[in-house]
Amino acid sequence: MKQSLKSSSSLIWPLAGLGLLLLFNAVFNPSFFSISIVDGNLYGNLIDIFRNGSITMILALGMCLVIATGGVDLSVGTIMAITGAVVAIIYQSDPDTSLFVALLVALGVAGVAGALNGALVAYARIQPIIATLILMVTGRGIASFITGEKQIAVENDAFGYLGTGHLIALPFSMVLVFLLYGLMVLGVRKTPVALFIEATGDNEDAAHFSGVNSKMIKLLVYLVCGLFAGLAGLVETSNIANSDPSQLGIYRELDAIFAVVVGGTALSGGRFSLIGAIIGALLLQTLTTTLYSYGVDSALSPIPKAVLIVTVCLLRSDRFRKQFTSLYARKNVA
Amino acid sequence: MPDPLLSMRGISKAFPGVQALSEANLTLYRGEVHALMGENGAGKSTLIKTLTGVHQRDAGEVLFEGKPIKPAAPLEAEGLGISTVFQEVNLIPHLSVAENISLGRQRSRFGFMQWKEIRERAERALKRFDVEIDVTQEVCSYSVAIQQMVAIARAVDIDAKLLVLDEPTSSLDENEVEELFAVMRKLCAQGMGIVFITHFLDQVYSITDRITVLRNGQSIGEYETAKLPRIELISHMLGKPVDQLADTGSDGLSRSEAASQGEAWLEAKDLSKEGVMSSFDFEIRKGEAAGLAGLLGSGRTETAKLLFGILKSDTGETSMAGNSVGNPKSPRQAIARKIGFCSEDRKREGIIPNLSVRENIVLALQARKGFINTISRQEQNRIADKFIKRLRIKTPSRETPIRTLSGGNQQKALLARWLATDPDLIILDEPTRGIDIGARDEIEELIRELQKEGMAVLLISSELEEIERLCERVWVLRDRQFVGELSDEEISEKAIMSLIAHSDEMEGSDEAES
Repeated sequence: MKQSLKSSSSLIWPLAGLGLLLLFNAVFNPSFFSISIVDGNLYGNLIDIFRNGSITMILALGMCLVIATGGVDLSVGTIMAITGAVVAIIYQSDPDTSLFVALLVALGVAGVAGALNGALVAYARIQPIIATLILMVTGRGIASFITGEKQIAVENDAFGYLGTGHLIALPFSMVLVFLLYGLMVLGVRKTPVALFIEATGDNEDAAHFSGVNSKMIKLLVYLVCGLFAGLAGLVETSNIANSDPSQLGIYRELDAIFAVVVGGTALSGGRFSLIGAIIGALLLQTLTTTLYSYGVDSALSPIPKAVLIVTVCLLRSDRFRKQFTSLYARKNVA
Repeated sequence: MPDPLLSMRGISKAFPGVQALSEANLTLYRGEVHALMGENGAGKSTLIKTLTGVHQRDAGEVLFEGKPIKPAAPLEAEGLGISTVFQEVNLIPHLSVAENISLGRQRSRFGFMQWKEIRERAERALKRFDVEIDVTQEVCSYSVAIQQMVAIARAVDIDAKLLVLDEPTSSLDENEVEELFAVMRKLCAQGMGIVFITHFLDQVYSITDRITVLRNGQSIGEYETAKLPRIELISHMLGKPVDQLADTGSDGLSRSEAASQGEAWLEAKDLSKEGVMSSFDFEIRKGEAAGLAGLLGSGRTETAKLLFGILKSDTGETSMAGNSVGNPKSPRQAIARKIGFCSEDRKREGIIPNLSVRENIVLALQARKGFINTISRQEQNRIADKFIKRLRIKTPSRETPIRTLSGGNQQKALLARWLATDPDLIILDEPTRGIDIGARDEIEELIRELQKEGMAVLLISSELEEIERLCERVWVLRDRQFVGELSDEEISEKAIMSLIAHSDEMEGSDEAES
């Protein structure tokens, strides 16, 4: 009980940011909250936030585990591009390929990419930033090579359902996020894996001396992160019905890292919060959607995004809060 | 006597919760090598750090060449002529030798580096030690010994008058040590004073002129090396007057019947690791309490790490219950063989600081059970509560982060981590260091209980009484070697100390080894 209270207290700041944004919209743009039903499916800004944010949420779930071990995976955006390219070439060669086969092959490639990252970090002991930077850079070349250096349209109804379909009135990608989150809670939080990840990230030597197979754990988290990135790439490709190896998933790794850090998982590793990663991603997407609804040029949106991230990170820092409040107190005295 | 080069008088320094130094003294003359000796926590490094400006002293005075000084930073101390070379070579591995030597004081003209001058200066500096190497090569391409020389060359390049060498020899082999000593003698002949910190007694006796012993932050005394027998040096370091030592163990502890009979539960033959431990044999029976005694740096912890698979042995053979099983390749394998190892370095190798007491306690057990076989939350709570109660761990709750607990309670929680795995052998490396008396008694009591329950206990401790009180068999280590074995009544502080002190040219060791 106490545990859940404590971990939720670290979520106060991103939740406060989210609440503030929603409040802002409630006051200045009440139509922001309107939800309409078209053909039995729900539409509206709130639904859009989940649907458009699903890519970042899926990436953040995988990234969260990697960051908890004290690492980082810069290659997730590129892995998205690779799976997009793989699935595009599969449907191009045979438009009637079953969805199951297409997904299996594409995710298999993503899993191999993730495992490669993991092996470089865990067994070759290359620093995570460098190890994943290798794939981040070369992977785009691989993706371009797969598609023959051009964009490929992906038009297959079964595959299109991933990014544009609806399930029980909700966008399928939103349902997918819920499913993945549930899977992570069951597969990681409810098993010893979470303990091993947190122990490895918090004090790797001590974990190793206690018999934790830290190398295996690291390999595993990069593998999972790669798989989730692959899934995110498929959802995105399906959504835009097109695979562009030079653009698909570009800069997505940064959004994912922001979401995880804003959600209360320290880059230094240790304790992690899956729900925090989801909330962090929601916060980013809510801001983007809010700006969009006010007609702010999308080229300018990174600026308020940066302000938001810095603010939440500063609020999270005990030291900053203390200095800030003491400054405030001193002013009042004077 | 001439005027001393350095005179430190009544130096005190407190850190939050610890009085690291109280009224410590150190006097150094020109042209002498002066050993600064003491066990862990004696205050050696704090004394050096107040001298070199890393820390500011709370009280006391320092006279350098007769003038009072109080350097505020290492750079200021360097400017005065006080240089330090630390144990880990403080060079930048991928810069050239020349660059390293002149780093921070490079000559430049109009903002351009004067490479030729820098190179010549480095060559000159090294020539003082008869070291002739290509100074344009990267530092990391040379052996540790050469790197050490470069570090010293860098230190004395700035007209140093006083050189502090903090364990410079711990990674050098015998020949390299000799080379280093030759350099030290040369520097002394030029009038430099050298403070030498080392754990190796042989080196103290072969190079130093005088010795200052520190214990618990206080100066115990200043001695001329040639006039101080080794056993007395050790007794000063450990705080045991030689004449007050009983010859036999006070409790008359003798090996329990079960322990003295039957075959060894774990037997290791000819384990060794190059540069870490010389070959040794080890065996332990169930229900036996054995000890490893020796000074800091004698190889006690390394022995434990070889037995536990943290360090991999180059040679030898491990067998359990008479069957050869191969040397442990990892802690995981050792744990699977029902061995536990409680490290002396609680902070770096023990606690997982931000995880709860419960998670810290169940970690090793869960790691042994693997990924699939989950210990349920209820079971975890039960295990944690059981040990919190049994070991009287003072914690607000089982969910409190372990880093917020006191040292003694962290130690108990780590013991609980290993007891939860129900080991057959538990290795305890300095289990009572840095914890209060009450917790210490409780841990000793616990060790006795575990032994009665049939667990084998291997105790590593600097506290000789602790070894004497608890152990039925003791191996004594010196300079990374097993130098003797004592059992039952033979175990006494004096016998252990004379084994530690023993060297080839000394007599009186026969009785201890027989």
